[in-house]
Amino acid sequence: MNETALPRAKGVSLANPVRFLGLSSRVLPVLAVSAVLCLGAGLVLALFVSPADYQQSEAVRIMYVHVPAAWLSMMGYSLMAAASAVGFVWKHPLADVTAKAAAPMGALFTALALITGSLWGKPMWGAWWVWDARLTSVLVLFFLYLSYIALWSAIEDPVRAGRAAGILAMAGFVNVPIIKFSVDWWNTLHQPASIFRMDGPTIPAPMLWPLGVMALGYSLLFAAVLLVRIESEILSRRLRGLRHRVARAELAGPT
Amino acid sequence: MSPGLELIRWELAQAFRAGGSGPMAVAFFAAVLTLVPLGIGPEPALLGRIAPGMVWVAAALASLLSLERLFQGDYEDGSLDALALSPLGLYGTALAKALAHWMAVALPILIAAPVFATLLHIEPQGIAPLMIGLLLGTPLFFLIGALGAALTLGLRRGGLLIALIVLPLYAPVVIFGVSAVEAAATGAPSAPSLMILGALLLAALVLAPPATAAALRLHLE
Repeated sequence: MNETALPRAKGVSLANPVRFLGLSSRVLPVLAVSAVLCLGAGLVLALFVSPADYQQSEAVRIMYVHVPAAWLSMMGYSLMAAASAVGFVWKHPLADVTAKAAAPMGALFTALALITGSLWGKPMWGAWWVWDARLTSVLVLFFLYLSYIALWSAIEDPVRAGRAAGILAMAGFVNVPIIKFSVDWWNTLHQPASIFRMDGPTIPAPMLWPLGVMALGYSLLFAAVLLVRIESEILSRRLRGLRHRVARAELAGPT
Repeated sequence: MSPGLELIRWELAQAFRAGGSGPMAVAFFAAVLTLVPLGIGPEPALLGRIAPGMVWVAAALASLLSLERLFQGDYEDGSLDALALSPLGLYGTALAKALAHWMAVALPILIAAPVFATLLHIEPQGIAPLMIGLLLGTPLFFLIGALGAALTLGLRRGGLLIALIVLPLYAPVVIFGVSAVEAAATGAPSAPSLMILGALLLAALVLAPPATAAALRLHLE
């Protein structure tokens, strides 16, 4: 069997890794530059332009780092679960690769959210950590990310590892709505939703805009690094296939 | 006897042999709960506050013990392939094994739990919610645990990985189980938490065996 070519999938043109590599090499510079610009603009807005809070004064500026990181941690897991579902149902060759690439970054954003939240909690709540519903469920999300990554590295065959980890990602997805609604369902110390609410955001516009720009910057950064990771995963699988070919040729003996 | 019941009967016989998972799990449960007052001190008020949590944690860990061997033996000697081809199928196998191990491990724990909870000075009105909660929660431990065992089938040091996969998924079960007991201790109704546990159990009964079967199929290919 030809191990350097991935099986063809009907319909979606990006299934061909060569075509994907071509597309991503064109898109990546755009994404990277816009990520840097967005993050730069966002940081300026967040740190200098946006107003200080009437209660929290300058400490509120941690929000511009903490909240987008938390959003991205949930979106990263959702991406991972969706990609796993696509791989499971349609056997798209790049679906499992996308999920694998997204996992460590999602874990890092979760860790960032937890750490910045802790730094924010100490001056605001007086404690580095409380076991309230949202913090606990985000910590559980972090462990789900870690177990996903551990399962990938524990199984040798990449295709089988992808399927197994995909089942795990889909099973753990139940945690994401729990995180979202935890501040409504339980009596928590963490602030309830002020942006993604049925009645619309309650946060004032001068704070909403920098938050939006930072979130966009984080997302562009995520997308750029994701593309790099997918590229490197495709290339490393190619390398693996080539190594197998060489090994098999050597076994067949010198001609 | 139908193939499913036959499998359950066989698994139960295996579990209650000497060194099987049944007696070992109860012994582990008792040992953990004996360590608690040794570590925390004998003060009754303090022990009574943490008793529900400790009983739930000990039950979760005892369930975790037997998971590694859930499918391993059958996978190694090829019986899993035979079960996959049988009328029972992998779905029935997953469900039957989870239920059998639940009966073998959790039913003795259910008998030991009120004894140890009383030894840990639990509030008396908390015992009933504790028992009902464990009755609903321990099958959840085994349904979720079977998924973890199926995902890590055939791996070296799979036991550690099973724990890492399964414990985050156990967290909601433990949270609701303990909140039921704590509600009873303060006089609030414990029925809401218990009903949520029941809902989780129903969802897991429907969703976990197919996922486990899919994971088993992966390793049989």
